[in-house]
Amino acid sequence: MSIIYFLIGCSVLLALLFLAAFFWAQRSGQNDDLYTPSMRILLDDEEKPPAEK
Amino acid sequence: MEKIACYHCGDDCLTTAYVMEEKNFCCNGCKTVFEILSASKMANYYSYNDHPGATRARVDKRFDYLSSADIINELVDYADSQITIVTFFIPHIHCSSCLWLLEQLNSINPAIHYSRVDFLKKQLNIRFDHQKISLQQVVELLYDVGYEPLISLQDIIKKQNGLSKDNLVQKIAVAGFCFGNVMLLSFPEYFGLSDYEATFKHFFGWLNILFTLPVVFYSGRGYFIAAWQNLKKKVFGIDFPLALGIAVLFIRTCLEVITHSGAGFADTLCGLVFFLLIGKLVQKKTYHHISFERDYRSFFPVAVHIIEGEIDKPIPLAQLQTGHRMLIRHNEIIPADAILLKGEALIDFSFVTGESIPVKKTLGEVIYAGGRQTGEAIELEVVKPVYQSYLTQLWNNEAFTRKKDNRMQTFNEKVSRYFTIVLLAFAFGSLLFWLPTDVRRGFAAFTAVLIVACPCALALSTPFTMSAALSIFDRNFFYLKNVAVVEQMAAIDTIVFDKTGTITMGGSKEIKIDGLLSAKEQLLIYSACINSTHPLSRMICQYLGNQQRLAISRYTEIPNLGILATIDGHRLRIGSSKLVLGYKEIEDRVSKVYLMLDEELLGFFEFTHQYRDGMDNIENLEPAYRTFLLSGDQDHEREELIGFFKTRDSMLFNQSPQSKLDFVQALQQQGRQVMMMGDGLNDAGALKQSDLGIAITDDVNNFSPGSDAIMDGRSFHKLPAFLRFSKDTVNIIRFSFLISLTYNLIGLSYAVTGRLSPLTAAILMPLSTVTIISFTSLATHFAARKRKLA
Repeated sequence: MSIIYFLIGCSVLLALLFLAAFFWAQRSGQNDDLYTPSMRILLDDEEKPPAEK
Repeated sequence: MEKIACYHCGDDCLTTAYVMEEKNFCCNGCKTVFEILSASKMANYYSYNDHPGATRARVDKRFDYLSSADIINELVDYADSQITIVTFFIPHIHCSSCLWLLEQLNSINPAIHYSRVDFLKKQLNIRFDHQKISLQQVVELLYDVGYEPLISLQDIIKKQNGLSKDNLVQKIAVAGFCFGNVMLLSFPEYFGLSDYEATFKHFFGWLNILFTLPVVFYSGRGYFIAAWQNLKKKVFGIDFPLALGIAVLFIRTCLEVITHSGAGFADTLCGLVFFLLIGKLVQKKTYHHISFERDYRSFFPVAVHIIEGEIDKPIPLAQLQTGHRMLIRHNEIIPADAILLKGEALIDFSFVTGESIPVKKTLGEVIYAGGRQTGEAIELEVVKPVYQSYLTQLWNNEAFTRKKDNRMQTFNEKVSRYFTIVLLAFAFGSLLFWLPTDVRRGFAAFTAVLIVACPCALALSTPFTMSAALSIFDRNFFYLKNVAVVEQMAAIDTIVFDKTGTITMGGSKEIKIDGLLSAKEQLLIYSACINSTHPLSRMICQYLGNQQRLAISRYTEIPNLGILATIDGHRLRIGSSKLVLGYKEIEDRVSKVYLMLDEELLGFFEFTHQYRDGMDNIENLEPAYRTFLLSGDQDHEREELIGFFKTRDSMLFNQSPQSKLDFVQALQQQGRQVMMMGDGLNDAGALKQSDLGIAITDDVNNFSPGSDAIMDGRSFHKLPAFLRFSKDTVNIIRFSFLISLTYNLIGLSYAVTGRLSPLTAAILMPLSTVTIISFTSLATHFAARKRKLA
C-alpha cells in the first residue's frame, strides 16, 4: 500500500497547481469585473463592408 | 398632436425642426450625437435598445479647465511620454448600447487605443495617445456622444481604487483548499485504521499539520492581529475568543501528532477559519456606483475661471484665493462666498436651501457659495476662501472630524464581552477541577472547552443576518453603507425630517388656475405679485410669464395673508381666503390664492404640494417614534403639515444648516437616538451629527450628501416597514445567538469531562455553522415577507 504515499503526493501537487492558477487569476484582475463580460458577449461584431473589387 | 419620442433619448419632441433620415430628435444636441454615430457607421447603437441616449437639451458645459496640467495630473491614473490612462465615472451608463458605443471609441478616434467599461461601477477605462488627442478632447468626445463623465474634486474612482486590498478571497481560497485536503486525510482516522496501517496515521497527521500552517498563519492572521489590538485597548471583542480558539486548536493538534497521542483537530481548525472568513466576505457588500462619503467637494466644480487683467484662465479650485475675480457662466456653481461685480445674477440655491426658484441678486451683494447661476455670465470677487465659506464652514464642525463608527455598541460587542469572561471561567474551572487528580485530563478539558466554545456560530450570525437584510433593503432601493447601520436603525427612537426635497418632491409645487383671466387682469396680478418675495407670489409670476410691469400707486403686503394693491385705479386683493373672502376656508392639503379685482372675485390659484407618497405614514410613526420637521424655508406650509406632525413645537422653520446640526445634537443630549432624513448640502451637518443619517434622492447617481444610507425617493412610503424590519433583524440575531449557545452548551458537556473526541468536534462545529447560516437567511427572508419587502 506504499503507493498511497505517491498518490497523495500527486493529488496534493495537482491541487496546489489549481490553487496557484486561482491566485494568478485573482492577482491579474480576472475576477475584478464579473458582470460586464456577460453583456459584452451579446453584442455582435461589426460587419465589415465587403471589399470592393 | 401625436407625441413623437426623440430617436436618441426618448423625450417628447416639441418641435419637428430636428429631423434626419426620417428620425425625429428633441433638440440639436441629440441630433448631433446621431450624426456623429451614423457618420462613423455606428448606428448599431440604436439597434440594441430603444432610445439609449441621454438628453442633450439643457446641458451647457465647458471643459477647457482640462487643459491645465495640475488638473490633468489629478485625474489620470498613469501617463508617460506617449500614453495616458484615465478612468472616468459616467453616470449615464445603463444598457448594452452604452457598453457597445463606449467600447467602440477607437473607431471614432483612432488615437484612443483602448476603452473598457465596468458596467456595475459605471466606469470607463481609456488608454489614449496624448500626443494626438488631449484629455480635454477625450472628454469632449465623450460629451459629444452623450456620455458626459462626472469629474469632481473628490473622485470616487480614485478612492475606490486606493482601498487597500485585504486579499480576503485569496485567504478563503487557501483555507478552503486546506480544509478539503485535511477532511480527506482525516477520514481514515474516523473510519478506523488497522494496526499495520499505523504508519499512515503518522503520515496523515504530519500532512495535516502542514496544511494547518497556511490556514493559521496566512488565512487566520487577521484574527490574531484584531485580538491583540483589542487587548491593547482593554476590550474583549469577539476576536479574542476566536483567536484563542484557533491558537488552542493549532497547539493541541501539533502536540497530539508529535507525541502520537491522538489525531488532533486539524479539520475543525481549517473548517472554523474557512467559515469565519466566508462570514467576513458576505458582510462586505459594496455598492460601487454609490458614494456615501460625498461632501461639498464633489458638488463643486474642479476648476474655476478667473480674470486676471484682460485674460481669463481656469485654475484649480484649491488655488482660488480671496480677491480673485471669478467668471461664472450659465449653469456653473459659485464655489466661494463672493461679491457680485458685473452681470445679472439669478442664483438657484436648490442644493443649499432646497428652494428651486432662482433668487435675484443685485450688484455689490454677497452671494454665498453653492448657488448655481442661471442666465448670463457674471463676474464676482471672492471674499472668503472655499474652505471658510458660509456653507463649507459646516465641515469644520467637530461632527465631521469625529469618527462615528463606535457610537452605538452592537449586540455582538455587548455579548462577546460577557461571553469571553464566562468562557475563561469555564476553561479554568475545569482545569482546576481535574488538576489535583489528573494533570493530563485537566489540560485536555481546558483546551477542549476553549475549542468547543469557540464562538464560530456567534461570529457568523451577525454577518449572515445582516447581509441578508442588506440585500432586502437593496431590493427596495434603500442602500446602507454597511451592516452596522441595520442595528443602528433598530435602536432609533426619534426621526427628524428635512422638508424641501425630503418630504416634498424636488420640483416644489404644481400650480393650477381656477377661472379665466383676461390679458389685462393677468398683467395687473403680475405687477402686484412681482413686488413680493413670498414663494407663492414668485410662482404666480413664473406662471404668468414675463410681462410688462405696471406702476403701483399703493401696495401693502400682510404677512401670512396676502397682498393689497392699487394699480391703475384698480384695487387688487391677492391672498388667502381670510383676506380676500373675509372668512377662513378649510383647505385640504392644497393652498389657494384668491384673486379679487375691484370687489369682484376672479377665481383662485391652486397649489398642490408634491409631497412624497407615504406622507401619511409619518403621523403613524408616533408614538413609537418622536418625529420632528426641520425646514430651511419660511413657515408658509405650517398649516398643511400640522396633520403630519402632531404638535406645533415639532416643526421648526427658518433653520440654517448649523441650527439643524445643533437641534440634532440637543436631541442627542436628551438621550435620544436620532435618525435624520435630508437631501441637500444644507442637511449635511445634521446628517453627520445624527446617529443615523439617511439621504433621500431621486437619482442615486446624483449628488447626495455624506450619510449612512441612501434612500431612493420611490421607497419613502416603505419607511415604517424598513424600521420594523430592522428590529426584526436584531431579534433574529438574538435568537440565533441562543441557538449557538445551545450548541456550545452541548459541546461543553463533553468538553469539561476532558474526553472530547476529534470526531465530535468535527461534527459539532460545521453542524452549528450550517444551522446558524440557514436559520438566519430563512428567518430574514420570512421577516421581509411579513413586512412586505421581499
